[in-house]
Amino acid sequence: MTVQELPGAAAYRPTPPPAWKPLTDPAPLLPDPEPYRVLGTDAVADVDPELLLRLYTELVRGRRYNAQATALTKQGRLAVYPSSTGQEACEIAAALVLEERDWLFPSYRDTLAAVARGLDPVEALTLLRGDRHTGYDPREHRIAPLCTPLATQLPHAVGLAHAARLKGDDVVALAMVGDGGTSEGDFHEALNFAAVWRAPVVFLVQNNGFAISVPLAKQTAAPSLAHKAVGYGMPGRLVDGNDAAAVHQVLGEAVARARSGGGPTLVEAVTYRMDAHTNADDATRYRVDSEVEAWRAHDPIRLLERELTGRGLLGDDGIEEARVAAERMAAALRERMNADPVLDPMDLFAHVYVEQTTQLREQAARLRVELEAEQGRHGHNDLEEGR
Amino acid sequence: MTTAAAPAGERTAKAKPATMAQALGRALRDSMAEDPTVHVLGEDVGTLGGVFRITDGLAKEFGEDRCTDTPLAEAGILGTAVGMAMYGLRPVVEMQFDAFAYPAFEQLISHVAKMRNRTAGAMPLPITVRVPYGGGIGGVEHHSDSSEAYYIATPGLHVVTPATVEDAYGLLRASIASDDPVVFLEPKRLYWSKADWSPEAPVAVEPIGRAVVRRPGRSATLITYGPSLPVCMEAAEAAVEEGWDLEVVDLRSLVPFDDETVAASVRRTGRAVVVHESSGFGGPGGEIAARVTERCFHHLEAPVLRVSGFDIPYPPPMQERHHLPGVDRVLDAVARLQWEAES
Ligand SMILES: Cc1ncc(C[n+]2csc(CCOP(=O)(O)OP(=O)(O)O)c2C)c(N)n1
Repeated sequence: MTVQELPGAAAYRPTPPPAWKPLTDPAPLLPDPEPYRVLGTDAVADVDPELLLRLYTELVRGRRYNAQATALTKQGRLAVYPSSTGQEACEIAAALVLEERDWLFPSYRDTLAAVARGLDPVEALTLLRGDRHTGYDPREHRIAPLCTPLATQLPHAVGLAHAARLKGDDVVALAMVGDGGTSEGDFHEALNFAAVWRAPVVFLVQNNGFAISVPLAKQTAAPSLAHKAVGYGMPGRLVDGNDAAAVHQVLGEAVARARSGGGPTLVEAVTYRMDAHTNADDATRYRVDSEVEAWRAHDPIRLLERELTGRGLLGDDGIEEARVAAERMAAALRERMNADPVLDPMDLFAHVYVEQTTQLREQAARLRVELEAEQGRHGHNDLEEGR
Repeated sequence: MTTAAAPAGERTAKAKPATMAQALGRALRDSMAEDPTVHVLGEDVGTLGGVFRITDGLAKEFGEDRCTDTPLAEAGILGTAVGMAMYGLRPVVEMQFDAFAYPAFEQLISHVAKMRNRTAGAMPLPITVRVPYGGGIGGVEHHSDSSEAYYIATPGLHVVTPATVEDAYGLLRASIASDDPVVFLEPKRLYWSKADWSPEAPVAVEPIGRAVVRRPGRSATLITYGPSLPVCMEAAEAAVEEGWDLEVVDLRSLVPFDDETVAASVRRTGRAVVVHESSGFGGPGGEIAARVTERCFHHLEAPVLRVSGFDIPYPPPMQERHHLPGVDRVLDAVARLQWEAES
């Protein structure tokens, strides 16, 4: 029943007070109905060939990194690895679009973005290896710790960007989240804060089709995830997440907008997770091969390779060069990961507070005694041997 | 930048009995004046000055960028504060009421408490989270929770709660200056308690983590904090008539916990009662009693007793007086410390 149908409804019809008007015209904020593409379209003519080649090399390297890291889980060298194979275009574009002074806020799946931003490939795996939580100084690299609780890093990105602007620095924060993460309350709160504060933030949603096993249709009823932006008063952009040039361009525009005081943007990159959720997941339980195959035809590396070779920018030599460089990186990663990390158990107490509390000092002392006893037991044989 | 906005003359003019609320406001103001990286954010903290008026005047004095009315979202408030701290600011977050801080728990526990640890010391988060807590103000549901047990169970947080006007000032200054995150619990029923406190006189800003003996005594120790301190002081006075000379220890900080001061007191008196408002089961009193027992077993003449709120959801205002531990309940417990004499 509508308002008009109610008996005597006219009397109740609320008249907007004179000051009421929509705060923002929603039309310019709406995403286009189709994901934006560059590769294979006329738009590619405007892209610097150097950039395309750079993207290509990084994509090939990234895919090799994913494969190597997954292999390391099988060898017990990594506790777990959430591969981003199929999503390399998003990962790489996110890293390359940022200036050095900018900040990246990755989720647990975004190791590749961190590496492409220049983080040591081994340090980037510290969390997943399990020797400690974060293997790098976030301030040094301007990369927040890989974030495991979904979407909780998004408000951090907003706060940091806001703080930077208060200090007069033209720093942009780019925060990455999955499609499932957009259902979390922190996603909503972060976008709302960002829009109200006009914080220089770019939110990149990698819609890879699934949150572990749950498909997008069970995650949201929105026309697209990019549409969610409108309700916050920021533009939503929909982009083909496998088109590295398109992702780079759309993110680039969003970053430029943020840097110039234009406020935040929500970018949804439509992509696909080719591997299982992590090495521990069985993807055959929730998706069919034909779907995976369809996406294989739209592989980000193939798309870019086709563009570059078609335009004579890349030949067999170039392809081989990229492959060899990736192989070299993988070999180095393998070798370094095969060395057992040297851990000091006393570190467990070292970074809880500035100063240890009495309780922690007591517990540290207890552990030290246990460790000495352990060493004593190892030394026992020496004694029996007559030393 | 706005240091000049706190002229000594004005302070002198206002020097008279001050409330805890005023002392807290002054602590915020002085911290902001001294350190331009201190930012206050929360719901209604700007124009209104907070629902308890603790932040009154800060937005006017320091601008809305330093004292910010945020959207209404506790996780967002604390989550953005994390990012601000990552960029070198010192955010002081106001949660409007104890039970409305719960949406922010994820940020508090997974990030605020852990950031130093997970980055091996590279990224401390100097955030102060101010939480008005506890009952006794006739608040309706969700306005009177004592949430300290949740906070003290989280390694990486300091948990501080003043009981006096002086401590409200000194401990808040110390909390804001701390490079570790602090949950600063404000006993809201003491907001309007007064003391002859002149802010222009030197005020001790002690490192957090030290308990203090509020009343020396010989026959038993009352271990307490925050809203229960006045109750214990009154109980101690009342107990004199019955021949009990009670010592009262105000913890001031639950984490770090001052084992030394507490144990020294209980060793002197041989008897102890822990008094707090929050529920007993799984509450701070259990931890405190266990610690005291471990350290003072041979000095104890009786089991360490607990006087707490009941193990019920915080009751409606017309019933809260039955729930809150009052003087009589404390004295009853003290009477039960006759343990050995009776058995
Ligand atoms: C708050 C929270 N709830 C649950 C999980 C467990 N979990 C880890 S990954 C994941 C799915 C995330 O899906 P999505 O956001 O789409 O990202 P993707 O894995 O596809 O990159 C879940 C449910 C978590 N990490 N955090």
